[in-house]
Order: sequence, then structure tokens, then C-alpha cells
Amino acid sequence: MFVAWRDLRFAKGRFVLMGAVVVLITVLVGLVSGLTAGLARANTSAITDLPADHLAFARPVDGEDVSFTVSSVDADTWAAWERVPGVTTAEPLGIVTTRAQADGRTASVSAFGVQPGSGLAPSPAQVRDGAVVLSTAAADELDARTGDTVTVAGRDLRVTDVARDASYSHTPVVWTSLDDFQQLSRGDGDGGPRATVVALTTTPAADLVAADTELGTTTVSRDDALSAIGSFTSENGSLQLMRGFLFAISALVIGAFFTVWTIQRSGDIAVLKALGASTGYLLRDALGQAVVLLGLGTVAGTAVAVAAGAALGSAVPFVLDFATVAGPALIMIALGVAGAALSIRRITSVDPLTALGSAR
Amino acid sequence: MSLHLTDVTLTYPDGGARLIALDDVTLHVPAGTITALVGPSGSGKSSLLAVAATLISPDSGQVVIAGTDTTGMSRNRLTELRRTRIGMVFQQPNLLPSLTAIEQLQVMAHLDGRAPRGARGRALELLEAVGLTGQADRRPHELSGGQRQRINIARALMNEPAVLLVDEPTSALDQERGAAILDLITTLTHRQGAATVLVTHDRSHLTAVDQVVEIHDGRLRTPVASGAP
Repeated sequence: MFVAWRDLRFAKGRFVLMGAVVVLITVLVGLVSGLTAGLARANTSAITDLPADHLAFARPVDGEDVSFTVSSVDADTWAAWERVPGVTTAEPLGIVTTRAQADGRTASVSAFGVQPGSGLAPSPAQVRDGAVVLSTAAADELDARTGDTVTVAGRDLRVTDVARDASYSHTPVVWTSLDDFQQLSRGDGDGGPRATVVALTTTPAADLVAADTELGTTTVSRDDALSAIGSFTSENGSLQLMRGFLFAISALVIGAFFTVWTIQRSGDIAVLKALGASTGYLLRDALGQAVVLLGLGTVAGTAVAVAAGAALGSAVPFVLDFATVAGPALIMIALGVAGAALSIRRITSVDPLTALGSAR
Repeated sequence: MSLHLTDVTLTYPDGGARLIALDDVTLHVPAGTITALVGPSGSGKSSLLAVAATLISPDSGQVVIAGTDTTGMSRNRLTELRRTRIGMVFQQPNLLPSLTAIEQLQVMAHLDGRAPRGARGRALELLEAVGLTGQADRRPHELSGGQRQRINIARALMNEPAVLLVDEPTSALDQERGAAILDLITTLTHRQGAATVLVTHDRSHLTAVDQVVEIHDGRLRTPVASGAP
């Protein structure tokens, strides 16, 4: 990189300008990535943190996908799932989004109804009839603590614990007993106990397809079940599309810059070739320059995105972790280098003969 | 360590036909001597220089650089030969704008896989030889046309070439500076023992060279004169 380093210093105005573009795109990608992960977490954390590997939904009508909103399974179904060979645990889980009140404060919450003592709730011993376990976000929004009484869908429940954070469809989760869930979801509790899904812990020996056929359910893995949350697929898809476009734009911008840069210095390249520079030498030199530019720009942009994410705190759902910080940065560099590589390949076609008799 | 061109023919496509740029050219330039190549525009001077520089492979004939026959050589081998055995002095200095004077010379070592720092002594020595002591850290835009041309010459000599190809080095300079540049090339050719081909339009240069060949329509008339007494 003998010439490349000196070009970086000599044409610093151009490279600073391009570096600023890389920084800004990286900031945008970092913020969108953190926000995407944060929104996804706010939408799905209560499901992704479930101690289960599969969820059995009521089989949807033909042509429709499984949905937490539509699914409803009865007691016979979860009892039957418990007997399926290879199924270690089969526990009913009821989910309903409703309103909660406490001391004049109201909040939308998702009530997760589980059987008393079920491991699906963060503090199994505290989930019993007439009691509710609040997630930390629910407790904050309702300003409620252990021992307080909160009203969930018009039913007074005593707070027995404030446990880990969990949210579902952008609302904080509260855990109730399955019997209370019947009241919260239907009001009258008629028609026997029902749940939304059956949370399964399975071994590889379980024949889930056969069990689905027999029991009239559709079983999907816990991760696949996220698409059954109404807004998740469209929301996540839109944000991922934005990220994808930003990655593509960054590769194109870098590619365009290095195309123009390579064309501008084609005279120098011809001279170097005439002096005996191999094409490999020139390609390494130019690619090294692109890596330096992208590396510095991406590191600076990522630092700004991390600082902005940290400053946002809990004001917006934002996740700062390896996947949202280093992942996008590495993709930016990889795609940028690919864009630059496509541009600087024109070095191979520069004719050293043009150095003879050229006036520059 | 000389330059031999034997029965070299070079043609370019010209519509459906072929334009003959070099027609059965044979030229021998011994080591430590300067051969001036003169001729009108379009006579084939640049083509001969390009063939000698291994930038173009002739249709037929043989080009031998310092004992190495270039016939059938791969592009990579030709590039290496150009880097290690051939020095090029361009008509215009063609300096790289981002490099200082000394770096213009050090880059030649870097192209050859050597550490530029290790070549600093040689570069300073050459800058001194071309009268640019104290100008090592200046970039091209901080130097005069004559100084840039001197760096062009010093760069060509950096890797101790066996063959020095000089393409009208004084065309952009006034007579006084042109004469100084020619003196420099003559001195360095003899000192380095290079086989030098000097393309020139300036007849006043011919007295300083060892051999003069004239080219017309791609054919050599050699020697038309012997330059130096």
C-alpha cells in the first residue's frame, strides 16, 4: 500500500468526504439494526424466552397460517399432547391482550395464563388463582409492587411477584393462573377451560406430524411461532428491508466512488504498469485503500450509533449487542469491499502503453 | 547488457487491412552507449520504443533485453523484466502527484518487492546525481518542469536497468534545460553502463550520442551518423 497510503493523505478531502458518507450510512444502519432488534424484542421476548421448543396451535382453516389471535385449544388437546411419546412436557398457555389498572394508572398488557406451578411463568410458585405476577415493564407502567392489587380486565388480582422483563406484541406481560385467564379472555368462563396454544418440550423421538394429524393441531418450533404474532412479520420485514437497502446503497456508493477514483487515476496506473507494477500489486494497493476507508468509516459510524443507542436508553426499544453492533459493521465492510472490488477491477484493463507520450 | 532487436515487424489493424508500424527492424544498442532514434511523426519511433519496453509484442522478430529473449514470454514475466531490467524516461515526467521526489524513486523498489526504506540511500544518491539534493521531500506540484524531468530520469535508473528508453525528454523544456538533461542522460548512461535509446526531434542532441538511427515508415536507416567523436 505504498502509493495507496500516500493517496489517502494527499487526496484527504476526497477521502474524508467519502469517509463521512460511510460514517453516516453506518450510523443509519446501526440505528435501524438496534431498533429492529429492539422492536422485535418488544414484540416477541415473552415467546422467545418460553422454556419450550415447540408450540401447538389449533389447526387453522385451509390456506391460513397459524395465529396466536385465532388459535384456541381445549383441555382434551393439551391432555392428549402430554401422552404423546417423546413429549416431555405439554402445558397450556393462554394469551390475551387487555387493559390493567392500578392506583389510577392504566396500561395495555398481555396476560399469559398458565397452570399454577407451571414453568412457563418466571416464578411458578407465585402464579395462583387471584394472583398476578408482573413483568418489570408492567410494574413500572402501573407503578405496582408486590402486595399491591391490580385490576386486569375488570378482575382484581393481587401482585405476588415482579419478575423478569417480558413483552408480547409491544405490551408488557403479566402472568395469571389459567382459571383467571378464562375470566379475562371470555368474561364468563363458559365452555370449559381453553388456552391459546400448548407449549411443548420434546425429544427427537416425538412424531409431531402424526400427533398434529391425530389431535387437530399445527405444531411449529418456538422461533417459527413468532410469525404467528400479528404485527411481527410485517413490522420486522419492513425494517429488515430498510437494512437491506442501506447495505445495498452503501455498496453502490462505495463502488461508485472507487469507479470514479480509479478512472481519475488511470493515468497513474498506466505509468505504474509501464514501470513494471504487476496488476496484482495495483489491485492489492487499491483494495487496501478501500478497506482502510471502509474500516475507519465503519468503526466511527458504529461508535456514533452505539453512543446514540446508549443515549436513547429506554426511551425507544433499542438493543445494543454483538448482532446489532458488530454484525452490521462487518456486513458494511464486506459489501463495501465487494463494491470497491467490482470497481477497481478496471485496473486490469488500463493499458500501460498510454503512459508513452501522455501529458499529465 | 545490451538491447537487440532482430527482424522485428509490428502491425496494427487498420480497417480491414494492417498498418505496418515496424518493418523488419534490426537494431543493436551496446551497453554504455546511447543510440538516438530520429524520424518524422508517425514514422514508428514510439512503436519501436514500445516494443523495446516490452509493452507491445511484435508480430515477428526477436527482442533481447540484457541477454534475455522476450519471445513468447508471459505477461507477468514481461512485467518483471520491465521492472528489473528496463528504465523508462517518459516524454512528460508522469510523476505520481501524491508522492514526494524521493518516494517517486522509492516506489520502484516497492514494485520490486523491496522495502522502500532500504532503498532510501540509493534514491538520495540518484537525486544528488540529477542535481536535486535538498528537494527530496517536495511533491511534483512544488517542482519546476526541469526538476520533474530530472526525477523522471532518476526514477528510470532506480533499479539499475540494463536498458534505458528515453522518449523525447527535452520536448517540454527550453534549450538550456534541455541540454542539461541530455548531459545528464549521457553521463548516467556511461556511469551505469546502460544501453540507452533516445528518441528525439532535436538535431542538436545528435552530437552527444554514440549512434544515430533514422526511421521512416517503420524502416530503419542505420546508422545515418555517428554522434560522439
